[in-house]
Amino acid sequence: MQISDSEIHQAIAPHAQLPGAMLPVLHAIQDRFGYIPANAIALVASELRVSKAEVEGIISFYHHYRRKPAGAHVVQVCRAEACQARGARELEAHLKASLGIGYHETTSDNEITLEPVYCLGNCACGPNLLVDDQVKARMNPDKADQLIESLRTQALEIQ
Amino acid sequence: MIYVPCDSTAISLGANEIAARIRELDSEIEIKRNGTRGLMWLEPLIEVDTPEGRIAYGPVEPADVDAAMLSGQDHPKRLGDIETHPYLARQNRLTFKRIGKIDPLSLEDYQAHDGFKGLNNALALSPQDIVTAVKDSGLRGRGGAAFPTGIKWQTVLDAQDDQKYIVCNADEGDSGTFADRLVMECDPYQLIEGMIIAGLAVGATQGYIYLRREYPLADRIMRGAIENCYSEGWLGADIQGSGKHFDLEVRLGADAYICGEETSLLESLEGKRGLVRSKPPLPALKGLFGKPTVVNNVLSLSAVPFILAEGAEAYEQCGFGRSRGTLAIQLAGNIQQGGLIEIDFGISLSEIVQEFGGGTASGRPARAIQVGGPLGAYLAESDWNTPMDYEAFSAKQAVLGHGGVVVFDDTVNMADQARFSMEFCVAESCGKCTPCRIGSTRGVEVIDKIVAGEDRDNNVALLSDLCDTMEQGSLCAMGGMTPFPVRSAIEQFPSDFGIEATS
Repeated sequence: MQISDSEIHQAIAPHAQLPGAMLPVLHAIQDRFGYIPANAIALVASELRVSKAEVEGIISFYHHYRRKPAGAHVVQVCRAEACQARGARELEAHLKASLGIGYHETTSDNEITLEPVYCLGNCACGPNLLVDDQVKARMNPDKADQLIESLRTQALEIQ
Repeated sequence: MIYVPCDSTAISLGANEIAARIRELDSEIEIKRNGTRGLMWLEPLIEVDTPEGRIAYGPVEPADVDAAMLSGQDHPKRLGDIETHPYLARQNRLTFKRIGKIDPLSLEDYQAHDGFKGLNNALALSPQDIVTAVKDSGLRGRGGAAFPTGIKWQTVLDAQDDQKYIVCNADEGDSGTFADRLVMECDPYQLIEGMIIAGLAVGATQGYIYLRREYPLADRIMRGAIENCYSEGWLGADIQGSGKHFDLEVRLGADAYICGEETSLLESLEGKRGLVRSKPPLPALKGLFGKPTVVNNVLSLSAVPFILAEGAEAYEQCGFGRSRGTLAIQLAGNIQQGGLIEIDFGISLSEIVQEFGGGTASGRPARAIQVGGPLGAYLAESDWNTPMDYEAFSAKQAVLGHGGVVVFDDTVNMADQARFSMEFCVAESCGKCTPCRIGSTRGVEVIDKIVAGEDRDNNVALLSDLCDTMEQGSLCAMGGMTPFPVRSAIEQFPSDFGIEATS
């Protein structure tokens, strides 16, 4: 699905005049479309008066920005030390195996994108996942399976 | 009135479901969404107003909620007055005195608990008097570097320019730390107040909070708090009719650990890749957009309202050696009773872990403690009596950093942890310095060879040499301190690497 230039312009416009507008503009685009579409690069560059290479460089520097659409839900696994001390390594291995995907990949039914994250600030209650924008604490493989299951059913209901 | 916390930790453990359950049982009862008290193992912890004061229950599950609980009566989950709980009673809460007591977004609650007292005092002082008070308090940067805050402010005050900035570093990326998040989610006005005072002190009219994307709830609460401050005249062109001006905005990061380094943060705020800058020039002289800039951590700025309200001396009286005031210790990882412990500097790690923490969550013996985030050393039991003080930790090649304490039990493999430190540096290096950018990748490889028993002696020597290069050849702490956890792991836990211990 091609996202039109005018839609992207609408996302850029409210932020374009801010000092240091680049991150707010890229956030606005990703928040709206779920990723940074290829045709956004030239539009951001011309709006913020920088080169396309600069925009590309910024997108590739920050882990958060995505160049292709994610699944219906983004599940981020905290890989940081405090969660490791509570079993994050096992949780990570379990999720990869049960979903059959690695980090930055999406399940074939397009439901779940798996990503690593380094600390969600809930370190006394690990291991943690960030599911869309909700932190889920004290996870284990069983609870994670139930959670994934509920995300998949939830998506079916919406359809 | 029933208090049900609304911060990320409580919600992640089911606080919203508890609130819904209470509403189901009693559609009339007043529910106030406060923040957490910071006793994380008791969350969701709810409190009930009674004639004898607030009575706490926790950790509450939806099935626990009944009429007895909602009227403050006996219940298996009853904890009584939470402020008399030894975990809280032993603390010295200055910066965190309000969390858990108030609705984070209620200006009325904030003011009823001494909110804006410091700012009201500051409005009557000269900029130099404010800076002097902060200097006299002995406050040092709580982000980790422990640079005296008042001296930084003096540099910015003395700089002549038409525009200056206050930048709050809220890119709390260190694993095991969550104190910044607690301020922003549970007492956001205190941070705003601290930033306004900083603005008055140095003559800055614009502030930015650089907040990590990984804290979506802190983002929503901070934005709500800023909006309320504008509508009530605490921010803007004429703060409470004083003629003083301060504007404030939240800016989100985009998942780059390095942007917690102050110069990388400034690049990011300017809309660039977060590449670390060489110093000098200091950000205090040439910071954001090349203008004089105060860059302070959330906790440093949040300590300021107390200092201005109660006096520098009240703050300076607490502490240990050259570390004055209180330290926000965040007890995390494999621990029974994790949470926030704000206490005078000087307490030992073993007191924190045993007396506050109650041992590991798994019930197994603790083996290693990492203090100060992913760039902090792993400490073995022989070092757990070190007092929590900046200088005492430096003397052990360790860092207090932002106060995160992450406990591991005896199932931890320290070679895996050392490898992870290098791997994290691979993922998060900004790429400017070769030792950090390439050295971290080589570090992962060399550790793998050591663990595999490949030419072990030579590879151990090579790893040590690589650590030297990273320490000495990197601009910032990312490359410069990644060797701390690596070296400490291999020196204190050699058997995990297949190395025989040497005396």
